[in-house]
Amino acid sequence: MTAPLLEVDDLRTRFLTPRGPMVAVDGVSLTLAAGETLGIVGESGSGKSVLGRTIMGLITNGPTTTVTGAVRVDGADIHQLTPQGRRALWGTKIAMVFQDPMTSLNPTKRVGTHLSESLRFHRGLSRGAARTRAVELLKLVGIPEPERRAGQYPHELSGGMRQRVVIAMALACDPKLLIADEPTTALDVTVQKQILDLLQSLAERLQMATILISHDLGTVSGRTDRVAVMYAGRVVESGETRDVFAQPRHPYSGALIESIPRLDAASHSLLPAIVGQPPNMLNPPSGCRFAPRCAFAQDRCRTETPALVDDVACHFPLTQALEVHA
Amino acid sequence: MTTPALEATDLVVEFPVGRGQKVHAVSGVSLSVAPGETLGILGESGCGKSTIGRALIQMPAPDSGTVRLGDRELTGLRAKELRGARARMQIIMQDPISSLNPRRKVKDLVWESHAIWGYDGDDKEAKIDEVLRAVGLDPETVRERRPHELSGGQAQRVCIARALMMDPVVLICDEPVSSLDVSVQAQILNLLEATKARYDLSLVFIAHDVAVVKNISDRVMVMYLGKSCEVLPSEDLHLRAVHPYTRLLLSSLPEAQQSSSANGDVVVERVAAELPSPLNPPSGCRFRTRCPLATDRCAAEEPLLRDIGAGHQVACHNVAL
Ligand SMILES: Nc1ncnc2c1ncn2[C@@H]1O[C@H](COP(=O)(O)OP(=O)(O)OP(=O)(O)O)[C@@H](O)[C@H]1O
Ligand SMILES: Nc1ncnc2c1ncn2[C@@H]1O[C@H](COP(=O)(O)OP(=O)(O)OP(=O)(O)O)[C@@H](O)[C@H]1O
Ligand code: SF4
Ligand code: SF4
Ligand SMILES: [Mg+2]
Ligand SMILES: [Mg+2]
Repeated sequence: MTAPLLEVDDLRTRFLTPRGPMVAVDGVSLTLAAGETLGIVGESGSGKSVLGRTIMGLITNGPTTTVTGAVRVDGADIHQLTPQGRRALWGTKIAMVFQDPMTSLNPTKRVGTHLSESLRFHRGLSRGAARTRAVELLKLVGIPEPERRAGQYPHELSGGMRQRVVIAMALACDPKLLIADEPTTALDVTVQKQILDLLQSLAERLQMATILISHDLGTVSGRTDRVAVMYAGRVVESGETRDVFAQPRHPYSGALIESIPRLDAASHSLLPAIVGQPPNMLNPPSGCRFAPRCAFAQDRCRTETPALVDDVACHFPLTQALEVHA
Repeated sequence: MTTPALEATDLVVEFPVGRGQKVHAVSGVSLSVAPGETLGILGESGCGKSTIGRALIQMPAPDSGTVRLGDRELTGLRAKELRGARARMQIIMQDPISSLNPRRKVKDLVWESHAIWGYDGDDKEAKIDEVLRAVGLDPETVRERRPHELSGGQAQRVCIARALMMDPVVLICDEPVSSLDVSVQAQILNLLEATKARYDLSLVFIAHDVAVVKNISDRVMVMYLGKSCEVLPSEDLHLRAVHPYTRLLLSSLPEAQQSSSANGDVVVERVAAELPSPLNPPSGCRFRTRCPLATDRCAAEEPLLRDIGAGHQVACHNVAL
């Protein structure tokens, strides 16, 4: 068997904050094969973005940050590389798209320049060749009149167009893995669909593996092969996306799926809400972190941390399919 | 027929932005909410939802158009009269924590609105506790806390408690769950339903999430760029909506949310180009630059909302009925 494209092994990201240490990602392991798509879902603060950035190597060991475990991309451990070594992987092996396109764009640079600079740096293209390729890339991501757009500044584009530019930048050097962190959360629904469709078709066409991070279960459900559900810094369940949505085994995944209003349910139907609120990560509950909110919790849950066994971290996993999907 | 709890006619709100230009935020929208009814307002960012919410409570008052709360006309009232008349219509905002004064304690925040009226009965504490309990908060735990010590969900509950303190007949909720954790949204939606029943309220519920709006509303008004394009019973939203924009909105939802019986029509946008600017909206039908059914008439003539039966209204020249 060939080694997977991405191997994340017992990854832990710990921040020293003014209010004490906080483990934002707490022992996450994942693998991803070439061309595969993985969704990461979870609520705000569950550690999705920190996980994505730690995989990318944007978060590394530092004065207030400790990363343990390993992230191997094509066999190379990102966190053992020198900063230059990491930078050489960015764009060519692994690239990232963020929620707010402006974090990746320089307002004083023209759209085309963003693309051609990276092409010249990574690919050693000449000025002219880089410009031609930049226009091709803009066309690839569905931007009308790419020649004209290349000469415009980011603020002259709509949010959806900017996110297309950022995607074009991420794809400029043919990465094998794209991490998209809430790539459409800031966009309108009608534009969201366009961007997600685009990402999906590009990933297929370019044989690129994708990690799609989102708090929106709907976004992930129809567009990924596998999914990992995070709660309070840990993966509580993973599996084939279809299976997890049809028959979640972790009580949190189940409750989350059921609590979301459905368009095909009658108006005014009572939503099966999850009680309580997500934990304070500076002082998370002992044992299973979902125990204070779990309808199935027993004494054991409060003392003994359930390990991820057979893709679910729960002492008493659910055994029945959800009614709504029956 | 009974008097609507709230009725607004031909609301227009424009924001001058210099150089003689103005944002056409709301351009002639009418709505009415029956007693005990929930009207949902659905639309994408910038279509004017919040502006309508604020025009209804006259903060600021619309540039033209009228707002009646019960049988009281609000437009044109002087500040003092308005404050009294408006008290029975309360608004809840999207970002609960920042809409609360950070220095005040929960008990004062809840009482604040009441205190304006100079009421200071000795049942004050009891009243505060009662309303906190009504929104599912434990008075012992939260009474002395300040906003930053609350979770988003708790803060939204405090906002609802504050509004209830004024004994409103109409509650306007502007994206009350958009900033909350997914797992907390359902709690607040259920709470709003229960509160509405318990306090006999009419609700205006503003949101961009189609399924959330469908769940809580009796009727839904769909807006595009400052105009109302379709109004229909919420039960019919995903199956019977006919306006090309509503169809586009529905077909943009993740597959898991789409109903299998949703006509199967894939509304393809005409051009995946720029959205029109509210500074200079398209003539005629404002959706025409993206509409697959657009014809010359759509540019020349504005489609008016017309009744198509069963409580359904649509503003379009070309939908086949
Ligand atoms: N650089 C940092 N220093 C300290 N704490 C951090 C840092 N970055 C993130 N955190 C904290 O780590 C936790 C996880 O944050 P993260 O951004 O990964 O959540 P998320 O799942 O992406 O949430 P959202 O859906 O809101 O984007 C949060 O409590 C956050 O406040
Ligand atoms: N005070 C203001 N000055 C100038 N323009 C404004 C002002 N308030 C709102 N607008 C503009 O009016 C239009 C309608 O805004 P509004 O906030 O009502 O939209 P919305 O539907 O509530 O959007 P969202 O979903 O993003 O909250 C937008 O184009 C907005 O930029
Ligand atoms: S381990 Fe216990 S508390 Fe945690 S999810 Fe499973 S049943 Fe619930
Ligand atoms: S009036 Fe014309 S442009 Fe507007 S929605 Fe109907 S067909 Fe489309
Ligand atoms: Mg995040
Ligand atoms: Mg708004």
